[in-house]
Amino acid sequence: MPEPLLEVKDLRVSFPTEDGVVKAVDGLSFSIQAGETLGVVGESGSGKSVSFLTVMGLINRKSAIVEGQVLFQGQDLLTLPSEELQEVRGRKIAMIFQDPMTSLHPFYRVGDQIAEAILAHEKISKKEAADRSVEMLRRVNIPRPDERARQYPHEFSGGMRQRAMIAMALSLNPDLLIADEPTTALDVTVQAQILDLVDRLQTEFNTAVALITHDLGVVAEHCDHIQVMYAGRIVEEGTGDDIYYNPMMPYTWGLMRSIPRLGAETARLTPIMGSPPSLIHLPSGCAFSPRCPYAFDLCHEEAPALLPVDGHHAAACHLSMEDRNRIVAEEVLTQS
Amino acid sequence: MLRYIIRRLIWLVFVLVVITAITYSIFFLLPGGGTDTIAQRFAGRAPRPELVQEVKIQMGLDKPIYMQFFSFTKNLFFGDQYGWPGFGKSFTLRLPMKPILLERTLVTLQLALGAAVMWLCIGIPIGVLSALRPRSLFDRFAMIFALVGISIPVFVLGAIGLYALVYKTHLLPGTGYYSIFEYGFQPWFSHFLLPWFVLSLLYAAFYARLSRANLLEVMGEDYMRTARSKGLTERRVIVHHGLRASMTPLVTVFGLDLAGLMAGAIITERIFNIPGIGDLAIKSIGSQDVYAILDVTLVAAFIITFANLVVDIVYAFLDPRVRYE
Repeated sequence: MPEPLLEVKDLRVSFPTEDGVVKAVDGLSFSIQAGETLGVVGESGSGKSVSFLTVMGLINRKSAIVEGQVLFQGQDLLTLPSEELQEVRGRKIAMIFQDPMTSLHPFYRVGDQIAEAILAHEKISKKEAADRSVEMLRRVNIPRPDERARQYPHEFSGGMRQRAMIAMALSLNPDLLIADEPTTALDVTVQAQILDLVDRLQTEFNTAVALITHDLGVVAEHCDHIQVMYAGRIVEEGTGDDIYYNPMMPYTWGLMRSIPRLGAETARLTPIMGSPPSLIHLPSGCAFSPRCPYAFDLCHEEAPALLPVDGHHAAACHLSMEDRNRIVAEEVLTQS
Repeated sequence: MLRYIIRRLIWLVFVLVVITAITYSIFFLLPGGGTDTIAQRFAGRAPRPELVQEVKIQMGLDKPIYMQFFSFTKNLFFGDQYGWPGFGKSFTLRLPMKPILLERTLVTLQLALGAAVMWLCIGIPIGVLSALRPRSLFDRFAMIFALVGISIPVFVLGAIGLYALVYKTHLLPGTGYYSIFEYGFQPWFSHFLLPWFVLSLLYAAFYARLSRANLLEVMGEDYMRTARSKGLTERRVIVHHGLRASMTPLVTVFGLDLAGLMAGAIITERIFNIPGIGDLAIKSIGSQDVYAILDVTLVAAFIITFANLVVDIVYAFLDPRVRYE
């Protein structure tokens, strides 16, 4: 087993506020291999964005308490001095964000913004950087890239802007691309295009991808490995087949059940009862227990560990394997 | 863009005509005014009616008001016997207004520009540094400074300054305007130093608060996060991405502030005895010199309206999202 590209060990990120300490990430451990795609699924407040912002070093260390390790190619990014971290950012790990309109600077041309990223890490001439940024725009299928490079972000459409962000992120051929909800702000048809683009580029550039989303449909087709997060922890992880055909944790069941299905008989959707927990006052025991229809005494006292189910599949739940298999067979899968 | 500029210039002309009409109305149509009252004022003590009539003819007040208004406006835009633009003649001074206006505008310009440089150099760095260290000791002191600067009235600050620096310690020479051409750099500078400072303090405080607020807001924007994620140095992120976005609105404010100042730094000019436009305005109003008041009002209106146009155009160059049709 080769050394993983990124290895996060027991990451904890909390933000002290006037109302209390917000535990955004509460003991997160995972790894990404080179060239692999990891899907990170969770609702707002699950810690999925904060954890990767911490990996990038974009969390303000003066206002956050960060513990644990983030090992990238063997180096702990959390203890790296800022100049060295600046070297890693952009060049080895790149990130694209949710809303491409506000993520690009409105006053500078798109081509210049891409060239800026290149020039920050490579000693080449401005002309060369400009040529490369046009080339990157071409590779993300933006028509007439030389004209487009000289335009401003507000002259691009939503999908095109996201493509430009992707072009900017990949311009230095990073080893890891973190995509934080890249399609949430786009309409459905454009979503598919963008995801296919990321797939294709991933193979071309041989980049590992961390795809963060709240949309289960998005991760299904595009990820080698998926982790489901809740209240700052991983509650289930596995391959796409594992999660979709054999989910082993009540939260995942809730997510599966709440997916609207084409041709379904019922008019109403089946949501997960209750609302996400306060990250300041996390429930004792399993963070999902207040909303879990199968919870029993132990669930409220002790948080379940993430235990392997089989192969790479793991889940954090106190229910016995027999109970879980039964529930899955009777209640969850019968819906499809 | 050109069509937009032309439209705005036409609007400028319209504004000037309306202001002239309003000023005329104030002087001739409101109670307390009227051609008779004005002529009487300039005719000396207890004048005989024939003398008042003579003065009226001399001042051109015998014609119907709308005719006076028309001829004044015509002269303004096409020039009169004293040159272009036709500002007419002052009745207290018995001199053409145009050279007086020119001279006084230049003096106020020196005052305003000097103060502007000062307040930009004081206010913006304080604001920017405060934004970069929010809630620090520096920030708190800076904001107290801003509050004080905004609150102190100009005449209080001027009086304190004169007392402390001129009367008590003789560090500065005193009031008055000393042209750089006639007296040289030192007198000109040392006489302007205190007026510049007094005038700039209010604006420096305001700009400190404004630039702090703008930069703080910009620091939280998404594109700042993107810039950092590209691996740029923090300095580049703040200067190239942050300052550029946060200082752009200040350009508009600055243009308008400068114009407003040009149109009348009345109190400062009075305290420090500087013969500028504001001072002229006060004197003309005091002596009811109709044409002088009208001219000063028009000059001020022109400066402000024109400055509005200039800042709008400049903003279009700075912010590519803004385009005029």
